[in-house]
Amino acid sequence: MSASVLSPSATPELHTSRETPRVYGIAAEFSSTADIYHAAEQVRDAGFKRWDVHSPFPIHGMDDAMGLGRSRVSLIALCAALTGTTIGFVLETYPSIIEYPLVVHGKPVNLFTIPAFFPVIFELTILCCAFGSVFGMLALNRLPRWNHPLFNWDRFARVTDDLFVLAIEADDPKFQETRTAELLQKVGGKNITLIYE
Amino acid sequence: MAETALSPSPAAAPQFDPALVEQVAKKPLVLHGHDYHWITEKICTIVEEKTPAWWWRAFIPAALLAIMVPIGFGYLILTGVGVWGSNMPVAWAWDITNFVFWIGIGHAGTLISAILFLTRQKWRTSINRASEAMTIFAVICAGLFPALHVGRVWMAWFLAPVPNSNAIWQNFRSPLLWDVFAVSTYFTVSLLFWYVGLIPDLASVRDRATTKVRRFLYGLLSLGWRGANRHWRNYEMAYLILAGISTPLVLSVHTIVSFDFATSVIPGWHTTIFPPYFVAGAIFGGFAMVLTLMLPARYLYGLQDLITMRHIDVMAKIIILTGSIVGYAYIMEFFIAWYSQNPYEKWVFLRNRVADPFIFGPLFGVPPAPYWWAYWAMMSCNVISPQVFWSRKMRSNLWVVFTVSMFVNAGMWFERFVIICTSLHRDFLPGSWGMFYPSWVDIWTFAGTHGLFLALFLLFCRVAPVIAISEVKGVLPEADPHYGHGDHAEHDAQPEPTNPSPTLKAAH
Repeated sequence: MSASVLSPSATPELHTSRETPRVYGIAAEFSSTADIYHAAEQVRDAGFKRWDVHSPFPIHGMDDAMGLGRSRVSLIALCAALTGTTIGFVLETYPSIIEYPLVVHGKPVNLFTIPAFFPVIFELTILCCAFGSVFGMLALNRLPRWNHPLFNWDRFARVTDDLFVLAIEADDPKFQETRTAELLQKVGGKNITLIYE
Repeated sequence: MAETALSPSPAAAPQFDPALVEQVAKKPLVLHGHDYHWITEKICTIVEEKTPAWWWRAFIPAALLAIMVPIGFGYLILTGVGVWGSNMPVAWAWDITNFVFWIGIGHAGTLISAILFLTRQKWRTSINRASEAMTIFAVICAGLFPALHVGRVWMAWFLAPVPNSNAIWQNFRSPLLWDVFAVSTYFTVSLLFWYVGLIPDLASVRDRATTKVRRFLYGLLSLGWRGANRHWRNYEMAYLILAGISTPLVLSVHTIVSFDFATSVIPGWHTTIFPPYFVAGAIFGGFAMVLTLMLPARYLYGLQDLITMRHIDVMAKIIILTGSIVGYAYIMEFFIAWYSQNPYEKWVFLRNRVADPFIFGPLFGVPPAPYWWAYWAMMSCNVISPQVFWSRKMRSNLWVVFTVSMFVNAGMWFERFVIICTSLHRDFLPGSWGMFYPSWVDIWTFAGTHGLFLALFLLFCRVAPVIAISEVKGVLPEADPHYGHGDHAEHDAQPEPTNPSPTLKAAH
């Protein structure tokens, strides 16, 4: 780490959130999307893997700045949608063609009546896709979750208001308490805080 | 910022008249350059403050009106469907009219939340939450009618795809069964969409909570949301997918509702124009209801900086667009009835609908249609009244906008009444002709659903953020990380006059 840091003190002062032994990570505040965007790019380039950016709304382009790929929710949604299509097809054709063909108005009951089955197949496709994307999203996000170490930090409550937070987890292989704090300060973080579990 | 393109200074574009530039320049979506915190504060306060007196004054009558729904339906269930005015030949009457009316209203909410999301209409962020809530409440009101119209409600489970005691399954080739799937899917997906949108905002309320109970309840509802970008990434993808599937869904729902009519052989129903015409009508009527709800809410909660005149202007334009599509459909139906030379079709349109005692009856030399007043109420409310929106002045007069919305609400109810009753009351055999008169139970219950709808909406205003906080923050100019750098910055809004540098937003 170069010594030419923005602040006069080389080692930033560390606030702590609670007197418990295990460290969850280090968090820093930012006040604008531009600041945290550039900070995220530098943290990404420093090679960190287990870290995250917390913001009141999704920041455009942040996935690239963090070096994240495409979300896998779409894959789950596709599988769920295809399941729905299958359910709809079987649900309609099995009773109507095989199990108990119901002759209405003397009309045919064979598989060629499939256009009449499309609406229900379509609706079930949509329904399952919606369930897949919502519950898939929650599962990938490991939500719902009752608590999180970051909530121990009182400043973190403002992240759903107007604060931007970058948190690096202690589990990250490159994590070192002082050097990570220095990095966060170098990239412009304020109020750098050690978060305990 | 110096490089900002849409600089209001006349020196930047001396060849243009500044007044003209002002006219064409997009107005900001959030007025007065408010920051993130202002938005949180403004919207969460609505949930957190002491219940205002006007709320009780609105809620108590609405709740009393809502109580009429269980009474009306209770009386129906205990006595039998005979207490409704529905009878041969008009066996589908007010109940199905009300069903289509309410379900149509819901469609504007989905249009705003899904279609406008896909087409990147950022102005939707201020109104999508309330419109989605409106969708859900409207679908609740809608679903009651067909469920009760089955007659013996304890047999309503026959609608579900399970074989009955004779091992007979439902007729999956029937549009009525499609409708069951369409409406229940629509309700479920609308609810999911609404809830997913609510999660980050419920977390905002949670993080500001001052009481333990509120912290617990909103903590439970917000699922432990912490605004992590790794979460937002999945969240935005899920939201995009929901928008992507809701768009064909909303079109399919009203298409299938129209199939209930269009696949029958009744003249006046058996029409291929029905699906697009029903969808346009649904969006038309739904936007009128959005305006009916949002104009008072905007005033009472002081949301003028979030739901700006630009929003109202755009909604008025959508009303005139969809109203014109509906008007085109009315005229095209009439033309096709003549062009087809089908005597029954011609009869329905001319002698059951259009022929009034004053102009068209004498003109075509036919006696007036028994329901001519309903047809012309529909025509004047839906086609003629929105034409005032061609004028910018009228679009910016809130009283005019509100009045036209009320006309459209009424007109869209009349449209369904005209389609259902005028087609049924006199069809092929003159021997089976008859008139429909609503009973007091019909009127009582329908009035009650308005109370139910309003009471649910008022409750929603008290417990959930009425405006999508995180989405509105996302459309502020400074939410773009490249804002003020001159590279691909979004100049959706004029630069803020007071606080041009995003870095100054810090310090609290």
